[in-house]
Amino acid sequence: MNHLPQAWGRPRDDYYGAYDASYFQSNGPNQHTQQPIVTGTSVVALKFKDGVVIAADNLASYGSLARFTDVKRLRTFADTSVVGFGGDVSDMQYLDRLLNSLDTEEAYTSSGHTLNARNLHIYLSKVLYKRRSDFNPLWNQVLVAGLDEEKKPFLASADLLGTTFSAPSLATGFGAHLAQPLLRKVAPDEEAAATLSKEQALEAVKESMKVLFYRDARSMDKYSIAVVTKEGIDLKENEKLENQSWAFADQIRGYGTQVN
Amino acid sequence: MAAMFSQNPLMNGPNYSFNQAPVTAAGNKEHAFNPYTDNGGSTLAISGSDFAILAGDTRSTSGYNINTRYSPKVFKIGGTTSTQDDATLVLSVVGFAADGEALKERLDAIVKMYRYQHGKPMSVKACAQRLSTILYGKRFFPYYVHAILGGLDEEGRGAIYSYDPVGSYEREQCRAAGAAASLIMPFLDNQVNFKNQYIPGSGVGHELQEREKIPLPRNEVEDLVKDAFDSAVERHIEVGDGLQMLIITKDGIEEKYLPLKKD
Amino acid sequence: MFRNNYDNDSVTFSPQGRIFQVEYASEAVKQGSVVVGIVSKTHAVLVALKRNAEELSSYQKKIIAIDEHLGLSLAGLASDARVLSNFMKQQSLSSRLTYGRAIPLERLVSAIGDRAQTNTQHYGKRPYGVGLLVAGVDETGPHLFEFQPSGMTQEMIACAIGARSQMARTYLERNLEKFADSSKEELVIHGLRALKESLAQDKELTVENCSVGVVGVRAEGMKTIEGFRLYDGQDVKQWVDLVADGTEEGGAGETMEVDT
Repeated sequence: MNHLPQAWGRPRDDYYGAYDASYFQSNGPNQHTQQPIVTGTSVVALKFKDGVVIAADNLASYGSLARFTDVKRLRTFADTSVVGFGGDVSDMQYLDRLLNSLDTEEAYTSSGHTLNARNLHIYLSKVLYKRRSDFNPLWNQVLVAGLDEEKKPFLASADLLGTTFSAPSLATGFGAHLAQPLLRKVAPDEEAAATLSKEQALEAVKESMKVLFYRDARSMDKYSIAVVTKEGIDLKENEKLENQSWAFADQIRGYGTQVN
Repeated sequence: MAAMFSQNPLMNGPNYSFNQAPVTAAGNKEHAFNPYTDNGGSTLAISGSDFAILAGDTRSTSGYNINTRYSPKVFKIGGTTSTQDDATLVLSVVGFAADGEALKERLDAIVKMYRYQHGKPMSVKACAQRLSTILYGKRFFPYYVHAILGGLDEEGRGAIYSYDPVGSYEREQCRAAGAAASLIMPFLDNQVNFKNQYIPGSGVGHELQEREKIPLPRNEVEDLVKDAFDSAVERHIEVGDGLQMLIITKDGIEEKYLPLKKD
Repeated sequence: MFRNNYDNDSVTFSPQGRIFQVEYASEAVKQGSVVVGIVSKTHAVLVALKRNAEELSSYQKKIIAIDEHLGLSLAGLASDARVLSNFMKQQSLSSRLTYGRAIPLERLVSAIGDRAQTNTQHYGKRPYGVGLLVAGVDETGPHLFEFQPSGMTQEMIACAIGARSQMARTYLERNLEKFADSSKEELVIHGLRALKESLAQDKELTVENCSVGVVGVRAEGMKTIEGFRLYDGQDVKQWVDLVADGTEEGGAGETMEVDT
């Protein structure tokens, strides 16, 4: 074994040829993220009478490879809000650390003041917008679920460009195409969402997760789901999709070996 | 053939009013990060003799997706409270929503500081000039928005200033901006400035006499705005859901919300 | 003649453990006209005595509105107070921008406290020659804070600083129990009475020399606050008339304590 530390952890020269050390140069231009690498797929969320339901599966994909199968993409903040992350997982972990330090800072400086879901969403959107303006984006779309300053349900989205919006139901990625129509059927507007029970909301979100698992190739049947209400956060991180029915599968026509 | 199954609708089939895929001069697809997107929607402003109206639809889009049905594009600027009750100016922004939000917040902070330091609200003329400087300050990385600023001028007349993304501006009688600007603006030329309207029987050719220009009353302008948006919704997929109107008069700023078609 | 060798800068302790520059700065506060602040369960008020440098000049500004939810009154160098209030304005705007939240009072006051402290620990710097009373409301209700050039800040129930303020403090101490349940009007009246105690023999309270600042909460939470409002001139007549001579409720008696 080559005992020079510079050579540790590198492919052996006698097997692979001389290693091109230029890849390890720390000088030269800083590289910014040009594309996401390890990614999480959809996050779906729905407001109801006294809170918000939010869910995301536990899969982190490396392209089409299901790379990590136990990645928690929902994180709680100050026992009052939940953030769901779609997109790049390393950027998610960076944001997670950022939120941890924000949480600590807030807890230290004074008592009685906590950042609510709206405050948190505004903060995150500023971080994301700043990074896009530096041409060094954090490759995520996040949903922030919780309660606002009036203890009313709050749900909003922020993405890698700093674009923000809020709606009674939201879904990122593939979910924007597949889950959002299902959720909008249940809660077409704020008034409708304000009449939903927790059970109805849970059912709609779980149904959405199932449809996403059926149709999104980068999804998984193990997922996290959280309910945020005045009483606190109920976060479950190891749920299995229930009542799957693949009976529809043999009805599908038009691709593969069978063309009609 | 590959393009046929591409999820990028630009490569095949109907196109948006904007180009999403950045293309180099050679026509190659560029893979660099694109810091812009278009969130659709449209805005419209008309000034009257003692009022100004700024309006915008409340739909926010990403491509063919509707992000939300309620995302305001018209904002009160420079009030001293979080509810902006005592604001005197209104800004509308359409284009890239994140830039629009950033622009709005920056202008709002500046006008608030002005009010704090001078003890009086900023005039619409001064604010118009300032907004131009802000936009031009990002000449080489522009705020990708069409802004319209409204208020009452020193004489109490309605004032509308419209901008391009890098700060060129002009005071106007009326202006439509955003996705359906090309649909609404000609309608406004005809209905507000009476373009191509002649007095019947006044002659032919150069003899034709133009219809006399008169400032429109507020209720008629409000109806014009509604008609303009109802028509735009019919023909443009990125416009719809709701119509938000802010009406500036000497008594303050009144807000009106009307539903639009959600299809 | 005796000369103090330990007051040339603010970084040298005297053998008695004093920093004279800081103490001199506190003297500057005592040169300023008196300001009073009182807080109840629902409101915080500031009452200030304005001076005019000469008969022909205008009266100085004693109360400054910082943000919707807070304002301050000053005693001492007005120009130093301007620097501090501009900084506070920036801080509160920045909090609204990054979190969409009204800055918690305690945090804002700590920020100016920290700023003032650095002036007492760096060679060539000068402590602020001004004392402040900061009144406002936040998520945890109404608050009153005192700020001194040393960098000391503390929360108060009632406070008076400036020339002859001991008399006002004595009045406040006597009536301490009444403040918590006082209405906004009662609070202002108490403030004016305290102010009156501190008045020089030949002076009286007039609409010209009084300023009043009021801020409060209408109900639980920040959404329904009664924003900081400054009353000057004819606007304070309603209260000044109530404390005019002969309407005394016997607050100041023969056992008055004297400034030591």
